[in-house]
Amino acid sequence: MSTGGWEAVIGLEIHAQLATRSKIFSGAATAYGAPPNTQACLVDLGYPGVLPVLNAAALRLAVRFGLAVGAGIAPRSVFARKNYFYPDLPKGYQISQYELPVVQGGAVRITLDDGSGKTVRLTRAHLEEDAGKSLHENFHGLSGIDLNRAGTPLLEIVSEPDLRSAKEAAAYMRKIHQLVRWIGICDGNMQEGSFRGDANVSVRPAGSTQLGTRTEITNLNSFRFLERAIEFEIGRQTGVLEDGGRIVQETRLYDPDRDETRPMRSKEEANDYRYFPDPDLLPLEISEAAIEEVRAAMPELPDAKAARFTAECGLGAADAALLTASREIADYYEAVVAALGAGQARLAATWVNGELAAALNRDGLGIEAARVDPVALAGLLGRIADDTISGKIAKEVFEAMWAGEGGADAIIDRKGLRQITDTGALEQVIDQVIAAHPGQLADYRAGKDKLFGFFVGQVMKATQGKGNPAQVNGLLRRKLGS
Amino acid sequence: MEDRGVAALARALQDRRLSSRELTEAALARIGREDTALNAFITVTPELALAAAAAADARLARGEGGPLTGVPIAHKDIFCTRGVATTCASRMLAGFVSPYDAAVVERLAAAGAVCLGKTNMDEFAMGSSNETSFFGPVRNPWDLERSPGGSSGGSAAAVAAGLVPAATGTDTGGSIRQPAALCGITGLKPSYGRVSRYGMIAFASSLDQAGVLAHSAEDTALLLEAMAGFDPRDSTSADMPVPRYTAELGRPLAGRRIGVPPEFFDAGLDADCGARVQEALAVLRGLGAELVEVSLPHLALSVPTYYIVAPAEASSNLARFDGVRFGHRSKAAGSIEELYKRSRQEGFGAEVRRRIMTGTYVLSAGYYDAYYLQAQKVRRLIAGDLRSAFAKVDVIAGPTTPTPAFRLGEKTGDPVQMYLNDIYTIAVNLAGVPGISVPCGFARGLPVGLQLIGPAFGEAAVLNVAHQYQCATDWHRRQPPAQPAGAAR
Repeated sequence: MSTGGWEAVIGLEIHAQLATRSKIFSGAATAYGAPPNTQACLVDLGYPGVLPVLNAAALRLAVRFGLAVGAGIAPRSVFARKNYFYPDLPKGYQISQYELPVVQGGAVRITLDDGSGKTVRLTRAHLEEDAGKSLHENFHGLSGIDLNRAGTPLLEIVSEPDLRSAKEAAAYMRKIHQLVRWIGICDGNMQEGSFRGDANVSVRPAGSTQLGTRTEITNLNSFRFLERAIEFEIGRQTGVLEDGGRIVQETRLYDPDRDETRPMRSKEEANDYRYFPDPDLLPLEISEAAIEEVRAAMPELPDAKAARFTAECGLGAADAALLTASREIADYYEAVVAALGAGQARLAATWVNGELAAALNRDGLGIEAARVDPVALAGLLGRIADDTISGKIAKEVFEAMWAGEGGADAIIDRKGLRQITDTGALEQVIDQVIAAHPGQLADYRAGKDKLFGFFVGQVMKATQGKGNPAQVNGLLRRKLGS
Repeated sequence: MEDRGVAALARALQDRRLSSRELTEAALARIGREDTALNAFITVTPELALAAAAAADARLARGEGGPLTGVPIAHKDIFCTRGVATTCASRMLAGFVSPYDAAVVERLAAAGAVCLGKTNMDEFAMGSSNETSFFGPVRNPWDLERSPGGSSGGSAAAVAAGLVPAATGTDTGGSIRQPAALCGITGLKPSYGRVSRYGMIAFASSLDQAGVLAHSAEDTALLLEAMAGFDPRDSTSADMPVPRYTAELGRPLAGRRIGVPPEFFDAGLDADCGARVQEALAVLRGLGAELVEVSLPHLALSVPTYYIVAPAEASSNLARFDGVRFGHRSKAAGSIEELYKRSRQEGFGAEVRRRIMTGTYVLSAGYYDAYYLQAQKVRRLIAGDLRSAFAKVDVIAGPTTPTPAFRLGEKTGDPVQMYLNDIYTIAVNLAGVPGISVPCGFARGLPVGLQLIGPAFGEAAVLNVAHQYQCATDWHRRQPPAQPAGAAR
């Protein structure tokens, strides 16, 4: 995107907390929300003499991510120590990967609001441990340290500087969020900090191939904040450059209350992390067989599934994208189609993306908490397909099902919503309607065609909406014409 | 003095000629009498020792127990021991009580050994003379004015003086073999990965290895069998079966090829020490071994290489001692920055601070490639030298130290002179191979050590050659005079 002759260049570093039960180098639990320091063992506390042992589950999840983005999996990668002092960093160093990360390269495809697509390349993704938390409130001038989070496994996913606008950056972050949840490596919970990002932002004159000086905005824990922080930062940098100033390489924090970024520390004050290979951990070697094992267990990925929905079910790209927003939604949809029959895949898509999505949204529920399960919804859609009820009546039945009044057939029977398809019965109603409206009949016959709709409405009203619309139309046209 | 050793005591215990309680009480009494002069122990744990002795006697009475059941030992104060002060001889950890046992402590306790206490050492194992201990230097039982060597000087002095039949130690650049040589006892540094480092307070993780100080190769083999083996809590521990080292001891030396590198007999080697080592080589040849010249061309680079790699790792390993969660915490700090600086300034001694600064420097941006990376390359060359040599020979032999025990205070003013004391031992750590020092005579009344080095996981060969040598000689049975009770130091 060019902002009045300037082009933004953005790369993201996303930290995804890996969904392992225990920590990356110790056996302590990773569950969120425990009382402070109750989930930190001697290894997490950095006690004298303790040693890290890699959690093999964390490695498998990292490999799974690498395969999902088409990256190379390093047959040999190395854990390094990143040294700095901080009270919530018990060992005085963080174990991370530096020169040889486990996941190298890869790419994802993002779709923008206007429907256009773009490929974003990944530089790498590496395993590392999280630090603890410093708490500055209610300690009377002191700081509290909670080490429950210390040692939680993280996958740091680093993109190439391929993004050109805040919107692209947000779309990319959403794509990675969708993917990590889809493949089950991260719960994606942004409130709890399980998924957060840092943005590297610079601007340069449009058409230039040289990169400008960048700033890093850290700890962005919502898509909206990420987009707004980058938007602000592009504006700020453009302003500085247009005024003839120069950008200072620094780390900045986004303040959502003021909607601005502020400097945190500059490069001059930055730590020299003195990275070196961690001698407590041997180089991480991954066999081809281990990689194949992870590949064999890989679910169908969202882009592939969306393509299949388009090709096999005849869905539009927008419907297919909505149905693959999460694995839960896709699973729900596929369960409906399985129960209903592949011939009604489009009807199912319309309903899952329409009535069901609206009801979930209205009640603030995720699809896993839907009050109508896939088989029940298929039961309802089956009654539309076999002309038992109209689509309009079906919405009424759906609401009753959502309210817990039972299955589609039971509600249709109890409420007497079955469509009237008996020609004799419909003719009787039509005759009564025509007889009751002689004026309109005369006008219609005199050429006022629009009045046809009036008669349809009257018939549907008389049948309480149960008249089969196609039959009503056909019969009316014949009777009015005679 | 056969009866001082582990094997002899074990036989007496098994035969019920001696109880662990008697042995333990006698050892505690001797520590009480003689350790005032030696300062070999930082902590003595009589109650725990007597309880363990009682448990051992009960096992022995039931006809249970193995070769170490009821045998008193001591642990270097670098091994975490649950419920007991674990200080690493530092003010930083004075008063620190470990909540858990190191793997070595666990394994020897499970084998029935009775721990009498924790031995003195150089602070955080950084030193070659035991003079960097916060608890004062250990004295050499052969001459109280001299250093016992370091860093496992307390363990070496305690064994040499007969306070315990065996003790554990750690060896990062010679810290078991050098004090063993200077105190006239046997000391083995096993291959890297042979013994778990879990619970052993780290100095330089890629070099540190736990080992044994004892009177003989046979005693050493008995302890090593109990200590060695895979430990899933240490990612660098080797997942390999532990041979029965004691079963290999009796193999005759006929046909064994022993490599002698000329680089070990350089100008820095004291003439008397050199003569003793040559005499020892003659004994080995007399036993049927074939002496073969092998070359270690990069040996001279081992000291500078070590003094980059070890401080680099130490600077990071010791970062956890920040005054926040355990250990010394300065009372004078007003901010977190100050808390770090003052706690570490007050808690660490001069040599530890020197190495932290050296290590921090060599890892710094702009210096990493020139120092740390370069040192790692040289390290590979040194390991390659040894590998090539072991293609031709079973064991390499040479001196353990360039000189016999030096006077306390003699080298403290010149760190480089102190570092050069480890010239013959450091390459073994850099290459991760096993090395043993065995007594081979005296120079001017002070013990001299013969060093035997084996290929990786070749402990059996090293112990075999050492044992055969000890069957033919009695240097390992010589003992220093008993220390006068309560002598001032």
